Amino acid sequence: MKRLIFILLLLPCLAFAQMVSRDGVTLTQDQENRAEAIGDQLRCLVCQNESIEGSSAALAHQLRVIIRQQVVAGVSNKNIMAYMVQRYGIFVLLKPPLSPLTWLLYASPFLAVALGFCAAWIARRSRPPPPAPLSAAEQERLQKLINT
Amino acid sequence: MTWRRRLLFAAPLAVVAAGGAGFYTILRRMQAQNYDPHALPSPLIGHKPPAFTLPGLNGGPGFSNTDIAAPPQPMLVNWFASWCIPCAQEAGLLYALSQAGLPIWGIAYEDKPEAIASYLGQYGNPFQRLATDASGLTAINWGVYGVPETYLIDKTGIVRWRWAGAITDDVLQNRLNPLLRQYS
Repeated sequence: MKRLIFILLLLPCLAFAQMVSRDGVTLTQDQENRAEAIGDQLRCLVCQNESIEGSSAALAHQLRVIIRQQVVAGVSNKNIMAYMVQRYGIFVLLKPPLSPLTWLLYASPFLAVALGFCAAWIARRSRPPPPAPLSAAEQERLQKLINT
Repeated sequence: MTWRRRLLFAAPLAVVAAGGAGFYTILRRMQAQNYDPHALPSPLIGHKPPAFTLPGLNGGPGFSNTDIAAPPQPMLVNWFASWCIPCAQEAGLLYALSQAGLPIWGIAYEDKPEAIASYLGQYGNPFQRLATDASGLTAINWGVYGVPETYLIDKTGIVRWRWAGAITDDVLQNRLNPLLRQYS
């Protein structure tokens, strides 16, 4: 009985075993996964082709801390992204949202295909017509040439 | 060669020439330091700075967002640090501007009090008011992503312009001065 109570008392320790610490913030593995997923979608403003998650810049570290604190506080992913966009603009998003500013960007594959079709159509139209079939006299001459 | 074939050969050359001209312009402007390919547009432009209250240097008075809510004339808020090399590059120009009567308020970004004091002693203090953001958290709320950054605030307290990087003579003449005239 004593042993059972002891084991039951130790059970909460299992919860702590699941805790991880990253950038000085302690959170559960699930929360850490969520924070990493958010950080992977955000651009580090200092070394601009790295994500916040992958960058060793001091600002990226600070933003990682902020993301984790907000995750622990229960802020939704959408609101954390909005927090970043409010401060740094849509450039902070590695995947730009669909907006008037990015319409051309997202339309470019379709425009390229349309342009290709246009080029093909023009090339086809301006191709010289196939030569007229051989006349009877020409056929005869051809036969003669082949036979000789 | 027909004109069509000539066009076919000329097209790639024209693309290369246009690209070369473009890159040359970018490089020349980068060298003249009036173009930074890493510079971002600030979402703060057209808005008031976010709420903040920052302490001054060594217990001196700092300032808060309410202090810059309605300045008597357009002013600059300059984020700087003693450890930042471009800050030292623009220090002389900022000092001259402040001597000419432009109010410049400074915020020291992630810096130690002694280092700030010796920096201002070395380069001259252009700041009417000085605040310190030791944690860098207010900087994040402003969208500051490096130092120096300079914000132009008009008489209604609205941010009109942000320059990331050192202000050079060229930036002053071609960008800042016209804006100062516009908002004065």
